Amino acid sequence: MYERTEFWTEGASLWLPPQGSTTAHEIDALFNFILWTSTVLTIGVAVGIVYLAWRYRRRSPADRPVPVKESKALELSWSIIPTLLVLVVFFWGFRAYVGTSIPPVDAYVVNVKGQKWFWTFEYPTGLNTDELVVPEGQPVKLVMTSQDVLHSFYVPEFRIKMDVLPNRYTYVWFNAPARGVYQIVCTEYCGTGHSNMGGHIRVVGRDEFYEFLRTGGGDAGADLPPAEYGEQLYTSKRCNTCHTVDGTSATGPSWLGIWGQPRPGSTSGVVDDNYIRESVLDPAAFIAPGFQPQMPSYEGQLDDRAIGAIAAYIRQINGAATPADLAPPGGAAPADTLGTADAPEGGAGDPSEPVGLDEAQQNE
Amino acid sequence: MATTSQAATAVATAAYPPGHEPVHNYLKEPKGIKSWLLTVDHKRIGIMYLISVAVAFAIGGILALLVRAELFTLGPTLMEADTYNRVFTMHGIVMVFAFIIPSIMATLGNFLLPIMIGAKDVAFPRLNLASLYIYWLGMLFALSSVVTGGVDTGWTFYTPYSKETGTFVLMMGLGVFIAGFSSILTGLNFIVTIHKMRAPGMTWNRLPLFLWSVYATSIVQILATPVIGITMVLLALERALSIGIFDPALGGDPVLFQHFFWFYSHPAVYIMILPAFGIISELMGTFSRQKVYGYRAVALSSLAIALLGFLVWGHHMFTSGQSPLSSVVFSMISFLIGVPSGIKVFNWLATMFRGSVWLQTPMLYALSFLFQFTIGGVTGIMVGALAADIHLHDTYFVVSHFHYVMMGGTVVSLLGGLHYWWPKMTGRLYNERLGKLSALLVFLGFNMTFFVQFIMGSQGMPRRYYDYPDMPWMQPLHQLSTVGSWILGLGLLVVLVNGLWSLRRGKLAPGNPWGAVTLEWSYCTSPPDPHNFHRTPLVTHGPYDFHAVLGGDGAGDGHDPAPIPDVAVGAPQESVSVEDGTTQPTQPK
Repeated sequence: MYERTEFWTEGASLWLPPQGSTTAHEIDALFNFILWTSTVLTIGVAVGIVYLAWRYRRRSPADRPVPVKESKALELSWSIIPTLLVLVVFFWGFRAYVGTSIPPVDAYVVNVKGQKWFWTFEYPTGLNTDELVVPEGQPVKLVMTSQDVLHSFYVPEFRIKMDVLPNRYTYVWFNAPARGVYQIVCTEYCGTGHSNMGGHIRVVGRDEFYEFLRTGGGDAGADLPPAEYGEQLYTSKRCNTCHTVDGTSATGPSWLGIWGQPRPGSTSGVVDDNYIRESVLDPAAFIAPGFQPQMPSYEGQLDDRAIGAIAAYIRQINGAATPADLAPPGGAAPADTLGTADAPEGGAGDPSEPVGLDEAQQNE
Repeated sequence: MATTSQAATAVATAAYPPGHEPVHNYLKEPKGIKSWLLTVDHKRIGIMYLISVAVAFAIGGILALLVRAELFTLGPTLMEADTYNRVFTMHGIVMVFAFIIPSIMATLGNFLLPIMIGAKDVAFPRLNLASLYIYWLGMLFALSSVVTGGVDTGWTFYTPYSKETGTFVLMMGLGVFIAGFSSILTGLNFIVTIHKMRAPGMTWNRLPLFLWSVYATSIVQILATPVIGITMVLLALERALSIGIFDPALGGDPVLFQHFFWFYSHPAVYIMILPAFGIISELMGTFSRQKVYGYRAVALSSLAIALLGFLVWGHHMFTSGQSPLSSVVFSMISFLIGVPSGIKVFNWLATMFRGSVWLQTPMLYALSFLFQFTIGGVTGIMVGALAADIHLHDTYFVVSHFHYVMMGGTVVSLLGGLHYWWPKMTGRLYNERLGKLSALLVFLGFNMTFFVQFIMGSQGMPRRYYDYPDMPWMQPLHQLSTVGSWILGLGLLVVLVNGLWSLRRGKLAPGNPWGAVTLEWSYCTSPPDPHNFHRTPLVTHGPYDFHAVLGGDGAGDGHDPAPIPDVAVGAPQESVSVEDGTTQPTQPK
């Protein structure tokens, strides 16, 4: 199955990636025409330079060349012919642009959200994923918007690109006939993680696609203990873009060494489940000292189970995991009531004790 | 044809007005650092600009070497992402605003314009000095932003990122705003000078083509630069006061910033290239000893490019979300503007036809320009084609295109012009062998750095990437480009060494080592007198009438040679030879 791991991959030429979409060949035809006429012209100029410089080289310092009689016909022809050539190229570019940028009416619509520094794809079924999975041979239209600054959605193998803006929807469309994994890159500078904002389009068979829609691409973590599910979410939801788990600070604080620690500037006092929940849903409410307000909200992107799993994972790496964190689901999971969580009140709790949520709580 | 003895007699009997012998040139008098810093002499101002832009180029160049070095391997090589983002941003800002915009106009333009038209100075000499001071002030603000951590928005400052980033956008924007006035006032000065101060006989049709370019560029500088000033003010207000013009949360539009920005920055690229075109005309004429083919076409095409340049800014925004209809219109006009540039290249090539081509260092740079600008131009056609640009926008293809025109074009032309006018400006000859070596290294290094970037771009490599984890197979291409940058840097170092060496140890330059016939060569000593001329010149021939001025050999067009200039040369011609064994052309007989 196709995935580009080297320069000389099947279908790639010196100048262009393989044609992964049904419209790529139209772009390539124009590109190749301009490439070859340009090559001819450039070589012509180079040959002209070398020939004329050699043929008319100075033979003596006393050389006094006779003034050349200028030819209006020559000047006119090298004005008119290039003008005609550029008009041809313009029309070709215009036609190909119109022909390739209008999506078919039966295109399958997926919403795309770009934010610093990852893409999220939302299907008509409500499924949210970080990898775009589509069926082969199906026109797909991506309706895109940004959560923060300008980004740009570019898939070189499909020859599609459009900026992603915070105040509007923009769109691209494609139809990928061959199965494989195709590369998405962000191509509008957006800060620290701009070059790490890649993604994948996985083109699969139709059955596999329906399976994916049904199961959410294995993202539901249905069979995983909360801590393991949380570990999976750590990469699949791109928390790793800004948070390490080894203690080093990055754009955000590390997840190692924070559980149960005091959090200054807050009345509840410690990093606990509710702090995690608040950080995920309303990160701007409290910025850890020494860091910038960079984290976007995950409201609507992480359900209660996912948030609980992340907290479980954080507990695990901090050596504070509870039996419930490590127990596989299916059976009453004792701590599965985060949905009604309120912030714990008062001073530092004991990190080794699970923060029970059946205590009387008050919001912060 | 006059004999050597007659020429010697002419040298011996030509009298300098007392106190205006060649030793009393503009470099030597008046003396003292204060006389330089408070000068109104266009030549001294040009030299001070030259030193300033050379420093800016060195800083921008080191930043470029750092960018390329970081990309040598996957993952962090020398620095982290945030540092890299500042480095590439500062590379762009320094190179665009501190270096290339003033590069030719403020250095060679200042030095040559009055001399080429037979005037004593520009129309407003004190305003000229003010332009220099304003440029320095702008650079001071920019420098203060750099030392406090710099900016990480890209030189294009796109919103919303430039609104929210914690780096020192305000200081930098202020620096750009202030420096813009330098550009505007220089343009104003030059236009008035060309209109009002030409010597008798210097008709518009006898203007050297360099000055037609300077004139066209001055128009663009005056009309376009205010827009970047306003844009920077708006960005500053947006950051400081959240006026909400670009912030969507406050009802603004981030794409509006792009329209404002590119409305200046596209004409700005014509500010960068038009003077370079002018230099190439001079070099092709002199080193083919043939008039530039199609004088009128070359002159008028500069004006056409200057004016059309205001109508194409949207071709930087094809994928920005602007309407497809406007993209179509911008694409169409962008193609039309390619035609006058192409015409120039053909005219310059034809200049060599039936000429006497002398492959000295300035000519080598000029020929490199022809090749590299052609590549830059045709790749501009490529990105102007709508459907192709969808694939190529914001990739290394665009980066390579603009480096081909800005560096392979403007910088190479500037280097050619510097070598050409070096004897006139300094009174010294640079070392010709080192000069040729530098031209070769710059040519090889430049093409090695940037040609592969076209391929990287069309294969999908995005711009402004600190790392390329999704395309690790790009690494060998990055490495090739980085090694090229080292060769390019070496070539530029040779230029610097050659220049500095010549100031101490270079041979004294004659008045006209190249056998050119424009006023700076035929009526000025090397270096010039503080007032340029001893008497107002009377112009009786065109700028490329070599056959007329240098003496006919019987096969010419029958015109009498021009009178022997009334300014003797700095050293007797017969005793001057260049180190590599080539001979200088003989003086007018």
